[in-house]
Amino acid sequence: MLPKKVKKRASLLAITLLVTVIGIFFILKSLNKNILYFKSPTDIKNNQNINFDKKIRVGGMVKKDSLIIKEEEIKFIITDFNNEINISFSGTVPNLFSEEKGVVAEGKLQDKTFFIADRILAKHDENYMPPELKDIMKKNAK
Amino acid sequence: MFKILNLSNIFFWIEKLIGFINSIFFILLLVALSLALIFSPPDYLQGDSVRIMYVHVPSAWIGLASFSIIAILSIAYFIFKIKNIKLINKSIAPIGLMFTCLALVTGSIWGQPTWGTWWAWDARVTSMLILALFYIGFISTHKFITDENKANKISSIIAIIGLINIPIIKYSVEWWNTLHQPASIKLTGESSIHPSMLMPLFLMFFVLILYCALIFLMKYKTEIIRIKKKNLKRL
Repeated sequence: MLPKKVKKRASLLAITLLVTVIGIFFILKSLNKNILYFKSPTDIKNNQNINFDKKIRVGGMVKKDSLIIKEEEIKFIITDFNNEINISFSGTVPNLFSEEKGVVAEGKLQDKTFFIADRILAKHDENYMPPELKDIMKKNAK
Repeated sequence: MFKILNLSNIFFWIEKLIGFINSIFFILLLVALSLALIFSPPDYLQGDSVRIMYVHVPSAWIGLASFSIIAILSIAYFIFKIKNIKLINKSIAPIGLMFTCLALVTGSIWGQPTWGTWWAWDARVTSMLILALFYIGFISTHKFITDENKANKISSIIAIIGLINIPIIKYSVEWWNTLHQPASIKLTGESSIHPSMLMPLFLMFFVLILYCALIFLMKYKTEIIRIKKKNLKRL
């Protein structure tokens, strides 16, 4: 049998931990919207009161065959496979930016389907493989 | 009662272990580094910057693991008041802080070419920064509070509260939209890293664990010497 003092300390600790976990759970729940690093096109579509003057981030996939590169402007479509948003950007893009890859655009919404970005971040996925393997996979897909 | 817990016995075993790790560490480090930096293939998308992963991922794992160990031992200390634990915790904490900072720095160096930014306030990166702050808090209580009992109590409370941050770091990439990619290596199921890259990764992890063990034993040894100097025979 454990001594009484030890039991007392253990129960005190258990109660404190439980209270903090519950507290942090509610803090995170109420902060949920702010923790999101970016919004998806669906989030923007469903949002009723958007502040068009505030900088926001929009994220998703670059839609296939949507990338148009002109001299001073890059245009593409971000999709989350339900909704889409048109992006216009002028500047340099990171190495990993390409079609059918994850992307996060930082800038201002003009309306619910048009977004002017002043910064583009590329989102990497969790797949790592050597280039030869990717070639083989491409051939197989064809 | 426990002969092995006698200080001079512990000391003897520590010396032996340090000698053993020293004898294999540098060879293994050379093998692991050359595999990770030279012989492993580049990534199909990131090219050679994927090699940062071989330091970044093990560092993050070690940062998380050592904090979990500290926190769990702190719970044991808080309940059972085993004095040896505070020495172990004091010896682990600087290693954990170093590897957490290393994960942040290497991540930042990797983020610049791939994401296009050095720093992003997304959930994974921010919660990792909070972990580093918990480490700093834990270490600084021992530096700033001179009353040892008080310092141990406060630092163990910091560690126990910080334990809640660990699952938040782990699952941040699943719960919220983050710039950081989700985990490639899962506890269950297949990993999305090709085996030719997975092998050097695990080898680097093993070598860094050996390095941690080495630093831990050396630090633990000095803590024991400090107690011996105060003429305390047993903990």
